[in-house]
Amino acid sequence: MNISEIIYHLIFYVFAMLVIGSALVVAFSRNILYSAFALLLTLFGVAGLYVFLQADFLAAAQVLIYVGGILVLILFGVMLTHQISNVNLSNPAVKPWLAGPLVLIILAGLIWIIVKTDWSGPKIWLDLIGSELKILPGPTTQQIGQAIMGKYLLPFEVVSVLLLAALLGAAYLARSRGKSNQ
Amino acid sequence: MMSLFEISLQHYLIIAAVLFCLGLYIVLTRKNAVAILMGVELILNSANINLVAFSHYLTNNISGHVFAIFVIVLAAAEAAVALAIIINIYQNFKTVDVDKTDELKG
Repeated sequence: MNISEIIYHLIFYVFAMLVIGSALVVAFSRNILYSAFALLLTLFGVAGLYVFLQADFLAAAQVLIYVGGILVLILFGVMLTHQISNVNLSNPAVKPWLAGPLVLIILAGLIWIIVKTDWSGPKIWLDLIGSELKILPGPTTQQIGQAIMGKYLLPFEVVSVLLLAALLGAAYLARSRGKSNQ
Repeated sequence: MMSLFEISLQHYLIIAAVLFCLGLYIVLTRKNAVAILMGVELILNSANINLVAFSHYLTNNISGHVFAIFVIVLAAAEAAVALAIIINIYQNFKTVDVDKTDELKG
């Protein structure tokens, strides 16, 4: 193992620890603002993992949409739903003794399945996917665009209609009420 | 078996499993509606890691990336609508505690 491989592994584990550590802060922080900022680090770490998986477009989209959009929305939500005078943005956990063991059991089951499964075994189901849309070496942006405009055109159109509906719905719900509020 | 010094599919799946369980823990224990939304985002991200990891290691097919993009789009739409609802709830109830918002007509 040469030096570049060691650095590669080191960076991977740094990103993995970043994702899991900041997700732990999101889960266990008492202050919801700390949770929101830790979520920022988690989403950045996930973008880093996408880079390791050679998903360059997804990494950029993750940073742009999640960090730039969704997280700002969540921060707005945190700020708008607390009184300015209420400095203590507390976010207590309810019945952690019930949810904690349950979640740990699920995690143990998942990890047991992941470790025990023979992922390199025969993959008969690969024939179902077919050989179209293979990932070619190089940037994935063009391939994703061709897949969206080709095989996945109908889901793309459905998602665009859904986005329009969500946009209208959010604007309708969040509008100021005017007289009817009084 | 997985080894520490050869990054394989299992590493990504375990990260995603941990992320999923933390998101589930948040959704189960938090009372603040915005915090629950954060848990949902964690769960969606873990699903995305799985999709991209399978696409990279097993199928070598671009479909995993396309699915991940659809998930990101749905997460964005969900966050926008959910926050609009949460802000409306706050205007009506003066709280975003999901245990106290138990009336349809506030």
